[in-house]
Amino acid sequence: MFADMNWRVFFEPAPAGGGATYLDWLFQGLKLTVELSMASWVIALLWGSVMGVLRTVPNKILYGISTVYVEVFRNVPLLVQLFIWYFVIPELVPAGIGNRYKQLDPVFQQFVAATACLGFFTGARICEQVRAGIESLAGGQKAAGLALGLSLRQTYNHVLLPMAFRIIIPPLASEMVNLVKNSAVASTIGLLELAAMGRQLLDYTARAYESFTAVTVLYILVNLVVLGFMRWGEAKARVPGFIGGGR
Amino acid sequence: MYELDWSSVRPALPFMWEGMKVTLKITLTAMSVGIALGTVIAILRLSKNGALSGLAAGYVNLFRSVPLIMVLLWFSLIVPDLIVRAFNLPRMANVNVTSSMVAFSLFQAAYYAEIIRAGIQSVKAGQMGAAQALGMTYGQAMRLVVLPQAFRNMTPLLLTQTIILFQDTSLVYVAQVRDFFGAATIVGTRDGRIVEMILFAGGVYFLVCFALSSLVKYWQDRLKVGA
Repeated sequence: MFADMNWRVFFEPAPAGGGATYLDWLFQGLKLTVELSMASWVIALLWGSVMGVLRTVPNKILYGISTVYVEVFRNVPLLVQLFIWYFVIPELVPAGIGNRYKQLDPVFQQFVAATACLGFFTGARICEQVRAGIESLAGGQKAAGLALGLSLRQTYNHVLLPMAFRIIIPPLASEMVNLVKNSAVASTIGLLELAAMGRQLLDYTARAYESFTAVTVLYILVNLVVLGFMRWGEAKARVPGFIGGGR
Repeated sequence: MYELDWSSVRPALPFMWEGMKVTLKITLTAMSVGIALGTVIAILRLSKNGALSGLAAGYVNLFRSVPLIMVLLWFSLIVPDLIVRAFNLPRMANVNVTSSMVAFSLFQAAYYAEIIRAGIQSVKAGQMGAAQALGMTYGQAMRLVVLPQAFRNMTPLLLTQTIILFQDTSLVYVAQVRDFFGAATIVGTRDGRIVEMILFAGGVYFLVCFALSSLVKYWQDRLKVGA
């Protein structure tokens, strides 16, 4: 089944594309996957960090809110969450806003839903990593910060979080790789990112093995880039005395 | 404001239960095959033979760097092709469920293998040494001494992975398989009640997964006390 492959198909002009080739289609999909992943990563990191801190503060209400968030977003499948963001939420908001939103460019709607979905889904995982990072610090660090007269907020900002974030870079890296992989779910609501582009190539060229191989290789390449980048960051931020940090 | 109307849910329950059976079938198959195959891969990966451990590492890394959706698409392409070539059968209309089960089994095996490898490595090296000193072969020592202890340590992690698998089976949507979530969306589209059906399906997934993960957590705490 691999013997009769024809890789020149990617250099053929795509229909209705003003000289664009199928290769250009692939790169358009790749670009959208990267944009989607980066936009979601910003939401995930910011929201996940806030929620992760709330999971450790001595306040029952804040702790309860963040716990409910984590449990809900970890126990509902990603595809269902995406359908909720795309099909359900625009219906449940007040009709005025919902109708105005539904008149926007459909691609924009798909992108917004997918970004929110991936952002808050990944945020729940990052929240747990941030919590684990804070809890892995010796209890004395917090006590020492407070004893020096820092407020709780200052203790978090200047003592606990700078340490915690340096420790959790490796798990954050694997969350980022997961995010790129998970972004393929956006193909189910019609967003033409990389995975969806693979199917579209199959429809137009009838070259299934070539199309899927190209898409798969591109995903692997993106993941390698992310991992290489994070490994570099990890080496920069390594804390001496912690695992792997004996400098 | 949208008026929620849940009246579509009740009459659709038997239909959705048929879908849930498909979901469970894929989950349980992928769990059994995945853990069995994952154990073999983990042992190969820990073997001193460079070729074997390299092969196992390649398998794990390949599956872990490709989106599950792509794996499902690949297998919905390859499995029917293979069946046609191997048995010289005409292209069958419905091998989607089979392809999905194969895809999930092979995909999950890579993830289970990493958990099992960590589990084997968590057993103290002296256990293997003592068993071999008693005259056991490597295979016997692995099967009778190391693996039972490893599995005891990693059962919670294996179960957590299985809960993730249960959630991920909803992605068979891309292979046109009618699982629980697929059935719910079909009813929702038919009755014009997609909002309610998606929310209902999400609620069911949440209850099942939350209950199971709470059980796993409870069990994990008990194991800790026993250790």
